Amino acid sequence: MNRLKSQIIKGLEQSLRFDGRKPFDWRKIEVEYGISKNAEGSARVKFGDTEVFAGIKMSIGKPYPDRPEEGALMVDAELSPMSSPEFETGPPDIKAIELARVVDRGIREAKTIDMKKLCLEKGEKAWMISIDVVTINDAGNLLDASSLAALAALKNTKIPRLEGNEVKYGELTDEALPLTKEPIAVTVLKIGNHFIVDPLVEEEEAFEAKLTVTTTDGIICAMQKGGDGVLTVGDIEKMIDIGMKKAEEIRKHLKGSK
Amino acid sequence: MGEILVKNKDIVVPGEELASGMDFLPSFGTYRDKDKILASRLGLVSIDGKIIRIIPLSGKYNPRRGDTIIGKIEDVSYSGWRVDTNSAYPAMLSMKDATSEFIQRGSDLTQYFDLDDYVVAKIINVTSQKLIDLTTRGPGLRKLTGGRVIEVNTNKVPRIIGKQGSMVHMIKQATDCKIVVGQNGLLWILGEPKSELIAIEAIRKIENESHLSGLTERIKDFLEKATGRKIEEKMAEKGEQNGLS
Amino acid sequence: MAYPKRLDGRKFNETREIEAKAGVIKRADGSAMFRIGKTVAYAAVYGPRNLYPKFLQNPREGIVRVNYAMMPFSSKGERVRPGPSRRSKEISMVTEKALLPVLHLEEFPNAVVDVFIELPQTDAGTRCAGICAASIALADAGIPMKDLVAAVSVGRVDEQVLVDLNYDEEAFDGKVADVPLAVVQRTGHISLLQMDGEIEKGQLINAIKLGQETLKKVFEAQKKALKEKYHTEGGEE
Repeated sequence: MNRLKSQIIKGLEQSLRFDGRKPFDWRKIEVEYGISKNAEGSARVKFGDTEVFAGIKMSIGKPYPDRPEEGALMVDAELSPMSSPEFETGPPDIKAIELARVVDRGIREAKTIDMKKLCLEKGEKAWMISIDVVTINDAGNLLDASSLAALAALKNTKIPRLEGNEVKYGELTDEALPLTKEPIAVTVLKIGNHFIVDPLVEEEEAFEAKLTVTTTDGIICAMQKGGDGVLTVGDIEKMIDIGMKKAEEIRKHLKGSK
Repeated sequence: MGEILVKNKDIVVPGEELASGMDFLPSFGTYRDKDKILASRLGLVSIDGKIIRIIPLSGKYNPRRGDTIIGKIEDVSYSGWRVDTNSAYPAMLSMKDATSEFIQRGSDLTQYFDLDDYVVAKIINVTSQKLIDLTTRGPGLRKLTGGRVIEVNTNKVPRIIGKQGSMVHMIKQATDCKIVVGQNGLLWILGEPKSELIAIEAIRKIENESHLSGLTERIKDFLEKATGRKIEEKMAEKGEQNGLS
Repeated sequence: MAYPKRLDGRKFNETREIEAKAGVIKRADGSAMFRIGKTVAYAAVYGPRNLYPKFLQNPREGIVRVNYAMMPFSSKGERVRPGPSRRSKEISMVTEKALLPVLHLEEFPNAVVDVFIELPQTDAGTRCAGICAASIALADAGIPMKDLVAAVSVGRVDEQVLVDLNYDEEAFDGKVADVPLAVVQRTGHISLLQMDGEIEKGQLINAIKLGQETLKKVFEAQKKALKEKYHTEGGEE
């Protein structure tokens, strides 16, 4: 076992993490809405020193042929080289792609947005929603922070005025997006025989396996296992329980939308 | 004729005027432009007679001969190791400088130092192209096992060590932790998890408050409160110069 | 069309509101946020650090690499597609040239100082805001620098010479010139000069002088941001 991992486990045996937290403690959560006045909706989320921005841009397009009565959703993520010495400029690498897709699935599968209400003309005209996440400082757990930021940005969104087929950017109506759910992603890490949440960078370097559980209303709407190690069924059950419990606590930070 | 335009311990930014006239000598972090001496770094003014310099508040480690550092093995070859020095420049540790044991040519060097191991090493040479040679032969130089390694602002290392090691000694005494301080801003700490946390918090406090006065008192108070122990300030023993034990 | 009064009521030699903070990205070696009006720029500096591929290394001194980008949700109009565009590549390059004259990189042969600039919100003057943020971030990172650099757009709208054009002024229906200008603090020497539009020589010189004068305020904000970071650290938590 490598030195870092054995150090982390040594602490976890006494329920102590590298920053003094207990295994299931979350760092200080901050949610700020409207951090980009040009976006139709935006938010900043901080977990301790980890910080991400999310912004929403809307446009008019043609619905997908297999869903002619629905608007469309797209999620993209940038692991900005500002936020860590490990990130490079260039097209999204697999880490950024995975982050975007896990955030996407959480929002999409939870049916967070009533996509039918975004359709303006069946088969012809509908609202397209683009969610973009940009990481600002990586102090661990970018995934959960990005997921929360995306959701907060959706809550902050106001639909822009439409003149015929032209979107009048900058002229926002009072109409919010038709949101029905608030899916929250919680990533649980397994290190040795211990489980932790809201990992630090060092913990992300030393874990065996992790499970991201996105839940809403007691239902699991997305999951992603990560890491080079394996999980037992018992592990998974435990991690889901932890994920759901923490999601409840985190959801409280989403009160309001402005 | 000349005039100092700032006070000792003022925080200055690049381009700020520190003195005018030819009486003063520009030293580290300053430069002369005609009859003015200007800052070339963000830092604290330090005036020593006629010499003006800047104590930088930030900046990455610049490897220097004679420094004792904590390095991380990043590559193992057949004749030595490449070591990450927490600077822009990796260093070489060759077989002959690794240990006083005789190492057979062709033997597996990972037995001595393996990838990701941390070592306490001394810089024996730095060329103009910043090629660095290290040695781990010498008192206090060795592989580190266990413990936590944290990164601090390299410019704060002197304050963390303290006069003749007194500050780091105080932290060791209060927490029963072993601590090694690398000039390159890496610190190694080994103790009970709770004690390691207290030691690290004390070190972070020094990092953040080093430019304010009364630091030693404040750290002493913090350690006493956190550990519940009374601390006697005493000077470090000989051999603790670089916080090597 | 004549332009007797500015659309947002400012005086012709008045910049929009300025806000500057240093050390906003903890993981970076140096960082800053710089806001002018509604344009917000973040800059992060990493370095000096290892530079690969090797052929980019300069054995005489370190190099600077600037990467400028607008976040996809930053613009007043449609979403900005992520990834480098010709425009962002050019801005990265002129930003690098604007900062180079003050940087002392001889101490760092073969190494690189990376500067990343990203904007979450834009309303004209983006490259100038980026340069202001980058300058603070470089000083924050402890990079040896002769001086600070600041930038602002100057130019003309109709017969009026003015500073800090906002989006609506750039788009004004009439004779407009947008002149991004970067200046070294003590000397007033110019390290960035570009021009978009049409302008007479006399107006241009006046605009530049006006810019040099106005930038004094920006330098004050940059200095304050750096010093404030160390005053708030320590003391009562």
